[in-house]
Amino acid sequence: MPTEPILDVRNLRTWFPVGRETVKAVDDVSFTLAPGRTLCIVGESGSGKSITARSILQIVGTPGRIVGGEILYRPDPSAQAVDIAKLPPRGARMRALRGRDIAMIFQEPMTSLSPIHKIGWQIAEGLVAHGLADRRAARARAVELLRQVEIPSPEIAVDRFPFEFSGGMRQRAMIAMALACHPKVLIADEPTTALDVTTQAEILRLIKKLQDEAGLAVLFITHDMGVVAQIADDVLVMYHGAVVEHAPVQTLFARPEHPYTVKLLDAAKKLGMAAPPARPSVPAGAPVLEVRDLTMTYPAQASLFRPPKPPTHAVRGVSFDLYEGENLGIVGESGSGKTTIGSCLIRILQPTGGSVRYRMRDGATRDLVQLDRDGLRPVHREIRMVFQDPFASLNPRMTVEQCIGEPLLVNGLLSGKALSQRVRELLVRVGLPADCGSRYPHAFSGGQRQRIVIARALALDPRLIIADEATSALDVTLRGQILDLLLELQPKLGLSFIFISHDLGVIRYFCNRIAVMHRGEIVEIGAADDICARPQMPYTQRLLAAVPEADPAHRSLVAEAAP
Amino acid sequence: MRRLAGMIPFIFLVSITVFALIKLPPGDFVQNYAAALAAAGETVDDAMMASMRQRYGLDQPIWIQYWDWISGVVVGDFGYSFQWQQPVVNLIGERMGLTFVLSASTLLFTWAVALPIGVYSAVRRYSIGDYIFTFIGFVGLAVPGFLMGLVLMYVGVSVFHADVGGLFSPPFVDAPWSWARVVDLAKHLWIPMVILGTGGAASLIRIMRANLLDQLHQPYVDTARAKGLSEFTLLVRYPIRIALNPFVSTIGWVLPNLVSGSVIISIVLNLPTAGPVLLQALLGQDQYLAGAFLLLMCTLTVIGTLVSDILLALLDPRIRFQ
Repeated sequence: MPTEPILDVRNLRTWFPVGRETVKAVDDVSFTLAPGRTLCIVGESGSGKSITARSILQIVGTPGRIVGGEILYRPDPSAQAVDIAKLPPRGARMRALRGRDIAMIFQEPMTSLSPIHKIGWQIAEGLVAHGLADRRAARARAVELLRQVEIPSPEIAVDRFPFEFSGGMRQRAMIAMALACHPKVLIADEPTTALDVTTQAEILRLIKKLQDEAGLAVLFITHDMGVVAQIADDVLVMYHGAVVEHAPVQTLFARPEHPYTVKLLDAAKKLGMAAPPARPSVPAGAPVLEVRDLTMTYPAQASLFRPPKPPTHAVRGVSFDLYEGENLGIVGESGSGKTTIGSCLIRILQPTGGSVRYRMRDGATRDLVQLDRDGLRPVHREIRMVFQDPFASLNPRMTVEQCIGEPLLVNGLLSGKALSQRVRELLVRVGLPADCGSRYPHAFSGGQRQRIVIARALALDPRLIIADEATSALDVTLRGQILDLLLELQPKLGLSFIFISHDLGVIRYFCNRIAVMHRGEIVEIGAADDICARPQMPYTQRLLAAVPEADPAHRSLVAEAAP
Repeated sequence: MRRLAGMIPFIFLVSITVFALIKLPPGDFVQNYAAALAAAGETVDDAMMASMRQRYGLDQPIWIQYWDWISGVVVGDFGYSFQWQQPVVNLIGERMGLTFVLSASTLLFTWAVALPIGVYSAVRRYSIGDYIFTFIGFVGLAVPGFLMGLVLMYVGVSVFHADVGGLFSPPFVDAPWSWARVVDLAKHLWIPMVILGTGGAASLIRIMRANLLDQLHQPYVDTARAKGLSEFTLLVRYPIRIALNPFVSTIGWVLPNLVSGSVIISIVLNLPTAGPVLLQALLGQDQYLAGAFLLLMCTLTVIGTLVSDILLALLDPRIRFQ
């Protein structure tokens, strides 16, 4: 359907003067949005996709400024176009457009809602601010909107606070808020990145449904090529603030032209679900780790005046084995207890029941649940952990050499020259220059930091590494690199991995066997190939169906909402 | 309600601590009294001291003394001041009231100054205004209150020819309460109010500025802006309201600070508040007077904390629902 563009962005440039230099966050970006169509902007973090979206509403944070280009907004074909880029950001005319004509959904449903105002009021506020309704009418509309975004019992939900909602519910409330004034353009800035795959699928379906109902023009920002394949009509690929490719979605996936697009698609395919399983099962030798009936129950909170809260069963009787040289993936949604298992294994948490029998390098077997602090020390040399956030897990005041060398120093194994030498070896091993040890973590990018974290984990020659969402904070191309690095190191160092993630694609690529967790229990465990191709349990099937497939020809995810 | 019920045993514990602390230094009131008399050249024999001790009940074991005192306090009898030869209630009544008036007005002054300046400093960070306020704020923090009191008194007398000592003009000092007396009080109140409030206001400005700066770049502010709210509505409705939390919890620590901080300033300014009397009572081991003061102050602090908790719960639903 050839429709007139409602928003025409031409040569947009948004720059951030930082000191004497200028960061060209958005440099010469052009695109159009049309009613009923979806444009996806993809790119890695820092590519300028969010700033592009924010420029349209003129809510770029200081010191960012639109320095050139036009943002022509034409609410209907007969109307005179308004150049948003020329409006003063704080002026009344800009404010009148925000929320009423162009609405935005943000990434973090946890922090994008005010924690201290009721959901209903936050939705109604825009209506009142634009003079479209009085308080009472706005409240009625809020209830109606909550019903529209499929929140159960909206009359009650309207008086709830955001912290009483789950992540998915909050994102629904955000969407309701954005739709309150019947906008013509909806900008969604990574609205599903913080959500589980099943919730993501629901939200994508909802946006699609609402778009079809109201003929919205949607600008959807994401880094997930799977999501792009499922929902986009057109795709804009951004790299370092500039557009590298702009094409209809079918064309882009079938015949990508720019090498960066090719790289993005390759990375997505590698970690996608369609590729053949990468790791066959390893022959079952003697297990390194035998977990039996592992249970973690948080006790009931006794209270003097209120009825006691029931105890929380984070992990209920989980059993599995891990064989030498094997990668076991633990997958599940947030709250399924997968991280708790990792913490119990390394004894950050004290499990309330069960046994974890670990066979040491010298052949002795220890039950990690029973060991005291002194008994754990030799075990902690052999089992190391890699955490999710490479920014938070490195002390910013320690040099890289100190970070990596710390476990060696603390355990009294090496010091002085020998320590430096070992750190240099480790840095080379994880693909970093040997002489970068004297620099501080902030000098490194996210992917490099995660390599540093891995080098630190390798410092003590461990046999087992527990990786908790180790690649989740990284861009998709880096994700592949880090996984390949781990796989390459594995045979050389005789490592086994327990890889905890919510990302089935990553798990599938990396692991020999997969355990699927749901509400504290393992619902299914088996070879990666079996789980992905022939899932037995309904929950596993549901989880797999929710993973967006990076192929625009197979739009299973939002298919039921499509006309 | 639960907090309220929890206060009573707490105050009871406080009363024991207070009494123990007062009795802790060696000697008692009679000994001090005797020493004072001896210094004045008079002699006091042991029999007289013993009879005085008996009269005041000081020969009894400490827990009996405590029991006598606390059972009186419960029914509103705070005991008898040895030094002043008067019931403690008479001494404390007006002074405690005035201390409270001074503290409350100082608190209001502190807020009235700190809130707008803190907000301004945060919103216009690194502007000239922010630098000026920051400078004044640091001066306010650094200069001790009594010094500022002296300077203000000097300025008051030499420039405005104002009567700066005390809280009342001479004719009103012992007069019964009347409208004229209240007006006179208001005229005198502002100097100690400014002096006492400056230090607190300066630190509150810094707290407010830091809190608001944290909140200003939270995503929910962007959300609100994307709704089309004006900058001012936005500011008042979202980040300032959330940044107020620590502000309100300051009531708890500001109240005792005002009472103890006002001791030195009250002496310098010759204010008829609780501070100077408390100091004397402690020095002379006038146990019932000192005990009553300390107990009242602790109670005030506990009440202040309770009030700030209640306000916090009103402001922030997250606290309410925990």
